[in-house]
Amino acid sequence: MTRVHASFHNEPLSDGSLVACLHCDLLQRLPDLAPGGSARCTRCDKELWRRREDSLNRTLALSLAAAVLYVIANSVPMLGLSVVGRQAFTTVLGGAEHLWEDGRQMVAALVFLTAVLAPAAQIGFMLGIVLAARRERPPRWVGTLLRHHPTASTWSMIEVMLLGVLVALVKIADYATVIPGVALFVLGALVFLLAGIQASFDPREVWDRIEWAESARQAGAADQLAEATS
Amino acid sequence: MSPAVVTAMQLGLQNCEVCGLLSRPPPGEEEGRCPRCDETLEFRKPRSLERTWAYLIGAAICYIPANLLPVLTTTTAAGADSDTILQGVVLLWSPTGWPLSLIVLIASIMIPSAKILALAYLLITVQRGSVKNNEQRIRLYRMVKFIGRWSMVDVFVDTFTAALVQLQPLMSVEPGPGLFFFAAVVVLTMLAVESFDPRLIWDSVSAREVRDA
Repeated sequence: MTRVHASFHNEPLSDGSLVACLHCDLLQRLPDLAPGGSARCTRCDKELWRRREDSLNRTLALSLAAAVLYVIANSVPMLGLSVVGRQAFTTVLGGAEHLWEDGRQMVAALVFLTAVLAPAAQIGFMLGIVLAARRERPPRWVGTLLRHHPTASTWSMIEVMLLGVLVALVKIADYATVIPGVALFVLGALVFLLAGIQASFDPREVWDRIEWAESARQAGAADQLAEATS
Repeated sequence: MSPAVVTAMQLGLQNCEVCGLLSRPPPGEEEGRCPRCDETLEFRKPRSLERTWAYLIGAAICYIPANLLPVLTTTTAAGADSDTILQGVVLLWSPTGWPLSLIVLIASIMIPSAKILALAYLLITVQRGSVKNNEQRIRLYRMVKFIGRWSMVDVFVDTFTAALVQLQPLMSVEPGPGLFFFAAVVVLTMLAVESFDPRLIWDSVSAREVRDA
């Protein structure tokens, strides 16, 4: 069933400090927060807004570092073993590849999504957001990245994979000598960087300055009108 | 009574889940677009209860083969040996290995079943219009949302064990058919959480306060 979506824009409120809680819909007024301060819903205690200090610069620095670590983590071996003179190594991607070849394509796709693709999107989107948001009036595509960033974060499971790899490592250690690879340590650092990005980024700050969909459409309509009449 | 508790829906306002902007749809309309980020807006997630139930029932069905079918098959010179998730936990249990065994037990067996039960409880109480334990129920929702991803641990354990232990003819480990169903349980419960609208928990109490006011 395809749904036909509305084509008109809602009318914004004149009072921008009025918000509704995403978890209980309670209407309330956001106080003007000092950097580092946070506001919580008076009914369900959901955090409504946390104003971050120097958000864009810090997030940019952390995202750049995360991008570098991500590339390293995916290009060097993560885990190796050695038993009776034989050695074997695997990378992050190698794990998904082996599953695929073994006929477990669906699970392989899920591992690829959660360990490779979603983390890349999570870091890449954030880099795009903070770079473009430095402009006075961030362009509309920043909104598209902002919208998909939480989805990428939900499915990015580096920290879960790391725990899984550690369990596998101990399991294998029972009958072979395991060799922790460089990627294992890089991924450990990456987990902290991703948490740092989460803790330094303030989406509200970017949304407050972004170009509105409505005005973009009106500008587009005005351009068309100008073209038609010229 | 003071009308202290007013929701956006009661005032005919729609909250954008993407950018957090409040806006008013044209009179008589149930659906509009966010003037800031262009997201389609409705007062509540569309067909939230039906969709959450659908994902949840799917997850509950997959939960059975996920626990009965082997997730790993180990082949050695002595023959092949298949283990289910629970057998994997037992195998890992040793004087030194028990903390890891406990991690797998919690992440692979306790979290998925607790998640299915918790979501069913939330759905049933919302459908019955419950006005009790709202704070506890919203906390339960947040916990389920936060903890759900950790169930993926076993998928990664099996993936990398199988990828690494390829020492034919000495020993090799291959993923079993149970892994697919187990991964399906994790994905379906995550989708169920995403489609559940937590505001539904509070709608009955909001309606009652309006009636009593």
